[in-house]
Amino acid sequence: MWFPTFAIDRWSRITAQQGEEDDLRQPIVLVSDTAHGPVIDAVSRMAMAAGAQSGMRLADARMLAPELVAIPFDHEGNQRTLGKLALATQRWGPWSMVDGYDGILLDSSGSAHLFGGDGPMLTRIETFFLRQGYQCRIACAPNSGAAWALSHYAENRSAITMPDDLPEALAPLPVAALRLNSETRLLLARLGLKTVGDLMEVPRESLVRRFRNRRSAEANPLVRLDQVLGRKHEPLVPLIEHPPFGAERRLAEPILHLEPLQHIVGDITHDLMRILEQAKHGVRRLSLRLWRVDGEDMYRTLELASPSRDPDHIIRLFVQRLDDVEAGFGIDQIRLTAIWTEPLDGAQDTLDKLDTSGTALPVLIDRLVTRLGRDRVAQFVPRSSHWPERSQRVAAPGKTSAAVQYDLGFNQRPLKLLARAEPISVIYATPEGLPRRFRWRGGLHVIVKAEGPERIAPEWWRQRANARLRDYYRIEDEAGRRYWIYRNGLIGDGRGGPPDWYLHGFFA
Amino acid sequence: MDALRASELPVALGNGADEWSPDLQLPHSMWEIFGSMDDVAGDALALAFAQKHCAAGGEGWRWLWVQDARSTRSSGRPFLHGLPPPLRSGFIHVEAGSAADALWAMEEGVRCGELSFVIGEIVGDPKVLDFTAIRRLVLAAERNGVMLYLLRREGFANLSAARLRWRVTAAPSALHRWNSMAPGVPRVRAELFRGRGLRPGQFWLEHGVGSHEPDHSLLVVPDLRDRPVEPDYRATG
Repeated sequence: MWFPTFAIDRWSRITAQQGEEDDLRQPIVLVSDTAHGPVIDAVSRMAMAAGAQSGMRLADARMLAPELVAIPFDHEGNQRTLGKLALATQRWGPWSMVDGYDGILLDSSGSAHLFGGDGPMLTRIETFFLRQGYQCRIACAPNSGAAWALSHYAENRSAITMPDDLPEALAPLPVAALRLNSETRLLLARLGLKTVGDLMEVPRESLVRRFRNRRSAEANPLVRLDQVLGRKHEPLVPLIEHPPFGAERRLAEPILHLEPLQHIVGDITHDLMRILEQAKHGVRRLSLRLWRVDGEDMYRTLELASPSRDPDHIIRLFVQRLDDVEAGFGIDQIRLTAIWTEPLDGAQDTLDKLDTSGTALPVLIDRLVTRLGRDRVAQFVPRSSHWPERSQRVAAPGKTSAAVQYDLGFNQRPLKLLARAEPISVIYATPEGLPRRFRWRGGLHVIVKAEGPERIAPEWWRQRANARLRDYYRIEDEAGRRYWIYRNGLIGDGRGGPPDWYLHGFFA
Repeated sequence: MDALRASELPVALGNGADEWSPDLQLPHSMWEIFGSMDDVAGDALALAFAQKHCAAGGEGWRWLWVQDARSTRSSGRPFLHGLPPPLRSGFIHVEAGSAADALWAMEEGVRCGELSFVIGEIVGDPKVLDFTAIRRLVLAAERNGVMLYLLRREGFANLSAARLRWRVTAAPSALHRWNSMAPGVPRVRAELFRGRGLRPGQFWLEHGVGSHEPDHSLLVVPDLRDRPVEPDYRATG
C-alpha cells in the first residue's frame, strides 16, 4: 500500500478534526528545516496547482506563489500514525510492516479468500483508507518488491497472484520501480535502459559484470531485478504489537456496594500481577476503568515511585481511591490496565542485608503521593541560579539524581526560606545602610549583629528589565533570632520609588 | 498506667536522676520540641539532634520533613542550600494540608525502616493532636526505631506521651571567628521540661547547623557570662 499524499492527508485530517476548515482551503506546504533553510516536503493540491513541488526550497516556491502557507512537517507523528495504520491492516493478513515514510507492506498470503479473493480485498482496503481520509494506491503481488513497484508505477490497480505473470506486468514500468538510488537510475538512463523490460532483455552475464562491485541492493539493478521477479528472497521484519498487560472482570450481577468492589479490584490486581510476574515486569502506572450499567465509565489512575508487582501494596493504594466512586445502578465491568511497565526481575535477598523493619521507601512515597497528591510530596534539587527562590526546584521523590552542584558556600544561606518575602517596616534607617530596628509581624526587632550586604543582582537573561537588585543582610536581633533580610533596589536606580525592605529567610 | 508505661521502656534509659547531655544515646522515640513561630531555633536543634543521634543509612541520610499548611505559611519551606551538607540530598518534603494529614504522614514516615529520622511541624494546638495521637506516634516510632522530632510552633504543652519535651528559644550566637559584628555559630536556649528518666534542666546548646563550621557538632555551652565582655575588651585595647 502506498500513500502518495500521506503527510498532507494526515494534516488535513487532524485540521478537520480540530474544526478549522478554513485552513483546508489554503495552499498548504509542509516544510522541514535544513541547513539551507526550509525545504518543502509535501504539497497540497492547491499548492501544487500554484507551482510548488516537494523538494523545493520554501523561498523558491514563495517566488512562484507568494500565498503559500508553510506548516512544519511532523516526521515523528507521521511515522507513528503509519505504524498504527500498519497494525490496523493486520485485520487482512497475519503480519504487516511499515515501508519507508509512506508505505505499508502486508502479507496476505492465505487470507485473501476470506475477503472474497485478491481483487475484492484490495477494493476493501482502499475504501477503508479512503474513508479515513488517506489516498491510497494499492497492489498485490507474489513478493514485496513487485508489490511496491506496481503500487507506485502501475497505471491501474493490479492484483497478480501467479509469479509467471510478473515479467509481463513489470516490463512496462520505469526502472525507478526497482527501488534504485538516484545515482544508479542516472547510470541506467545513460545506458538507455528506461524500463524494467529493457533491463530484463539485457543478458544476465553482462549485468553481473557491469555491476560486480556494487554490493548494496539499491545500487545493483540485478539484485533488485531478482528480488522483484522472486528469484531472490528479501527478508522483512514484521511489526508486532505489544498490547498492554491487563486484567478484566465482567460481572453477571452489577455491584452497588463498596465492599464487593474492593474485593473484585483485589482479585483483578492479583490476576494482573500474576501476568506481570510471568513477563518479569513491574508496573509503574496503572489505570482502573469501571463501567456502569448505564454505559458511563470512570477512571482511576495510579502511579508508583518504582516498578512493583506487590498486589497488597497496589490494592491498598487503590482502596483509598475507590471511596468516591458513584456506582449508580451498578458496575458491571472492571478492567485494570498496566499502562507503563518496566522490566523487573526477582531480587535475591543477601544474607548480610541490614535488618530494616517497616515499609520500604518506595512504598512510603507511593502512599504519601496517593493520599496527599503528587505536588505535595517532593524532593528538592538545586538549580543553577543566583536568585534564592529559583536556586532550588522540586522534583519527584525517590529518584537519586546524579551528582549535583550545590551552592558553593561562600555565603551562609538560611535554613528556611519564605515562599514570598514578607515586607518589614523599617523604623530607623540610614539611607544606604541597614536598618537599626524593624517591625515584622507586629513585633519590634532591634538589630544587634549584622553581616552584609551580599548583593544579588537580578538575572537579566531571565527576569524583566526593571527587576531590582537585592542587598541581603544576615542579622541577629536582641533575642538571638537570626533572619535574612534584604533591601529591594537602590536609591536612585531608576527602577521604582525608594527601596523597601523584606524579610526572606530564617537562619538557624 | 504509669507503671505500665515504665515497664515498656528499655532499661538503658537511665535511672531517673540522670542529667541529659548531648552524648547520651537514648533509644529512638519521639521528642516534642516547642518553639516560636518567628524563628527556626527548634528546627535547627532538631537537625542537630538528628545528626548527633541518628545513624545514616547505606546510601546516606534519608529523612522526611512533614509540614502542615500553616507552618509552611508562617515559617517557609526548608532551603536546600542552607541545610547541613550531608542532609541535603536525601530528604523528602511533604506539604500536608491539614494537621490530620501531617500526623498521618508522620506516622507513615516512622513506619518506614529506611528513613533515619522524621521531622514533623505543626502550628498551634489542633484538635487532632491529642494525647492518643501522640501516643500512636510514640509507639510507631519506638517499634521501628525511627526518630521523630515533632516541632510545635506556638503550641501549648498539654498532657503528652512524648519521651522528651523541650522548649526552645533562640539565643545570642557565639562570637564570629573573624567578624565581631556578624552572627557566629548559632546557639539556642533549650529547656528540657519533661524527660522520662532524665532530670529536667536548662541548657545553652551550640550547634553547627547552618554555620560554616563543618565538623561542629552539638555541645553544651558552659556559661555565657564572659561573652558580651569580649567586644568591649577589644575596643579598649
